[in-house]
Amino acid sequence: MPGAEVAAPEPRRADLVLALRDSTSVGLATVPVGLAFGVLVSQSGLPWWWATLSAAVIFAGSLEFLVLGMVTAFAPLAQIAITSFMVNFRHVFYSLSFPLHRVNGAPAKLYSTYTLTDEAYALTTGPDAQTWSRTRIVGLQALIQAYWVASATIGVIGGSFIPAGVKGLDFAITALFLVLGMDAFRVRRDIPGPLVAAACALVGRVAFGNDMLVFALPALAAFLMAKYAVRRRGWHA
Amino acid sequence: MPDTPYLLGALVISAGVTWMLRAMPFLVISPLRRSRLIPYLAATMPVGVMMILTIYTMRNVDFESAAGLAFVLAVLTTIGLHLWRHNVLVSIFGGTVVHVILVSTVLTG
Repeated sequence: MPGAEVAAPEPRRADLVLALRDSTSVGLATVPVGLAFGVLVSQSGLPWWWATLSAAVIFAGSLEFLVLGMVTAFAPLAQIAITSFMVNFRHVFYSLSFPLHRVNGAPAKLYSTYTLTDEAYALTTGPDAQTWSRTRIVGLQALIQAYWVASATIGVIGGSFIPAGVKGLDFAITALFLVLGMDAFRVRRDIPGPLVAAACALVGRVAFGNDMLVFALPALAAFLMAKYAVRRRGWHA
Repeated sequence: MPDTPYLLGALVISAGVTWMLRAMPFLVISPLRRSRLIPYLAATMPVGVMMILTIYTMRNVDFESAAGLAFVLAVLTTIGLHLWRHNVLVSIFGGTVVHVILVSTVLTG
């Protein structure tokens, strides 16, 4: 009976269809940012392939905007390493609830951790996602990566057609961190934290110039750990 | 322009550090679950990191020039839009459009 195949598709394929459906919301948010990233690469003077390789290999949205600026300015690799560590430190926390135990097999586990972005984490840890199969989880991650790589590549190609008189598109990077900061502030409404961070940034700027992140980010981490230690001591006293 | 070996080095380092942060915690998951420091840092770090990165992206803006004024107006637009609409894409797009229009037309200095 030929109709039976359509009525009951093999589970693997059905799961991929579900992954495609799950990915649409994230895709709508990912594609404009990927296009913007590609356009900025096209204006940076770097070769076009930087957009595609960065999207595919680094695959960490906000960090890629920063690394783009850093490599354009020939930043030392140590600064790139420290910045990557601090910007993506939040991912350490994702292991506590990401369903990696349902992603069987070493290659799938390696890929699934490699592509464990904020978006993948948000989608796979919700209440609806508690029964998702390996195919649905990994398929979703692959789709998000495909959207990101494709939109960055389209952006870098399209960006080369923007007239030279159009300037100041790189403001998008400032705006990105500004709104991410405002969203992070809304969660905790902690006043001293951002003020200390601003002080770290200004000291870093004066003492290290363009390499300010090498000082500012570790100084912030040191402050937070000291604050934690003082608080813990307070509890035990 | 940066040479290809440097670019590839930057790519491998940022990808390597990112993957380490995404994969390694699964190997030490039980000490991680007992840790109180890690959730504390994960909760308190982002706002400070974003503050530092925002300042970093404006490190070479000359605030006494016309372009500096355009920058300030674009920052205010972004903040205003974000307080009003709470939509990341709208805020970034709106702020960037204001900035591009200003520095490409009236505030070119």
